[in-house]
Amino acid sequence: MSACGGATIRIYILKRILVLVPLLISVTFVSFCLLKTLPGDPVYSMVGERATPEAIESIRKEIGSDRDFMSQYAGYLGLLAGGNFGRSYYSNRDVLDDIAAKLPNTMKLALAAMAIAIPCGLAAGMIMAYRRGSFIERIAGMFTIGGVSLPVFWVGLMAMLVFSLELRLLPPSGTGGFKFIALPALTLAVPAISTLARVAAASIEESMGLQFIRTARAKGLSPLKIAIFHVTKNALIPVVTIIGLEFGSYLSGAVVTETIFGWDGIGRFAMQGIIMRDYPVIMGCIITCTAVFVVMNMLTDIIYHYIDPRIRIHDGKG
Amino acid sequence: MTAKGKVYLYLVLFMFVLSLAAPFLPLHKPETIDLDSLQKPPGFAHPFGTDHKGRDIFSRVIYGAKISIGIALTAAAAACIIGSLAGLAAGYCGGMTDSVITAVVDFTMSFPALLLAIAISVVLPPGIHSAMIALSATGWTSFARLMRGKVLTVRGLSFVDAARAAGCSDARVLFIHILPNCLRVAFVMMGIKLGGFILAEATLGFLGLGVQPPAPSWGAMISSSRAYILTAPWTVFFPGLMITATAFCFNLYAEKLKETCDNRMP
Repeated sequence: MSACGGATIRIYILKRILVLVPLLISVTFVSFCLLKTLPGDPVYSMVGERATPEAIESIRKEIGSDRDFMSQYAGYLGLLAGGNFGRSYYSNRDVLDDIAAKLPNTMKLALAAMAIAIPCGLAAGMIMAYRRGSFIERIAGMFTIGGVSLPVFWVGLMAMLVFSLELRLLPPSGTGGFKFIALPALTLAVPAISTLARVAAASIEESMGLQFIRTARAKGLSPLKIAIFHVTKNALIPVVTIIGLEFGSYLSGAVVTETIFGWDGIGRFAMQGIIMRDYPVIMGCIITCTAVFVVMNMLTDIIYHYIDPRIRIHDGKG
Repeated sequence: MTAKGKVYLYLVLFMFVLSLAAPFLPLHKPETIDLDSLQKPPGFAHPFGTDHKGRDIFSRVIYGAKISIGIALTAAAAACIIGSLAGLAAGYCGGMTDSVITAVVDFTMSFPALLLAIAISVVLPPGIHSAMIALSATGWTSFARLMRGKVLTVRGLSFVDAARAAGCSDARVLFIHILPNCLRVAFVMMGIKLGGFILAEATLGFLGLGVQPPAPSWGAMISSSRAYILTAPWTVFFPGLMITATAFCFNLYAEKLKETCDNRMP
């Protein structure tokens, strides 16, 4: 099994990447259909109220909305095949360039949020698992349920009110260094801390009952050593999944946080596109986000394969 | 299920009933604009203060419960029914049906959920229905996946063979013998989903999708008061507190529900 593990995982990765292509094409098709059923015509919102019919007609020709649905869709696929997302209806800028400029910002925010969430979540999870039944555990348990019950936009607004408007410690919005990233990252981290803590606690408790822990204890290892090297290491496996899933959803779905804090990332870009009916921008964002999300999930599966020898990915033969 | 767990559900249902009965209670009208009392801080006349149009926040929050909780409950029920039927079909029929349904579920799940909900509610004409449809369209997949797995286990049990040997039709086996054994997990899943649906509905409202102002939806209230957060923070604080409290109750209830279920739930 372990001898053929390398080849198996390579085949698995290849399979997943091959599935990615039809998946993304279906995503473009579904989003394209969704956009076409949108009420309102982007041409009217582009030209304003006093446009001549000739002007409207010429813009229609330019963006190709005078053609029928299938030829429009085929045109878009052709554009994508050429490695292009088209140009924004409003700024006339290349959508791919804009996304390439904004994705690193979103990634920075997601990493910062994770940098807060992982240590806090794990620490809380360990406290909950090792102090099961205590007062602290109950309080921590309540907090973790509270954490997933808080609306992100409200946490963001309240944090902004306290730290920026009242205490004047941090800027309320904008994109930039540490001072700017602190509040949005904290806001994003709140639900992740709770989810991580709960999963970590459940997983640690489960591995505490396993045979090898009893062996370690019988060998006379100190409880702290057992906790860190045996239990936690083993309990990390489900935690990695959660981290991967949360990270994927941050990269793609920080729409609300980015909008509130004026963070110049892909979520805010998508929201602006939706408000302006800027089809190329919406399509570009949906495709990028879904691709990132799916790739993150795939990476999680692959990491899983490496850290847990019991859940090796099979190619059907093994 | 312990009595303690149900308390949280009853709390939310009480809010919901209170909000249905709100027109008969001595409250300010939620949509009446009162220019003499703009942005009044919380006090005796207005327990939660008033917003930038002088509307009483307490009464808007109470009326809003009907919309927010109503949407979450309806969407959860719809997602449960659609997802469970799909899961039943996939698990019982197997073969082509199973492959197609599983592919659709995987495809839907490959979208980030919130983004999909936003996209759907942008396309639909805004209103209560658009929020409901957006939530059920993203939420049904968890039910389908869960039910499919459950049906696969139950299908292999001997009482199903016995029923089939006794000459029961497929429909009878599926709905009379298999379904009752799977209802429990679907119900627990519904409990788990409710808290998330409350938050998602609020988020859609906050982004200006879903329920439209001046209807008192909690998310929309925060969105329209956002600009006045410095001069009248209570206009943002109280609706958010209600969202949190409702989601909190649903999540605590789900927590207790999970303990009654022998299956491992997400």
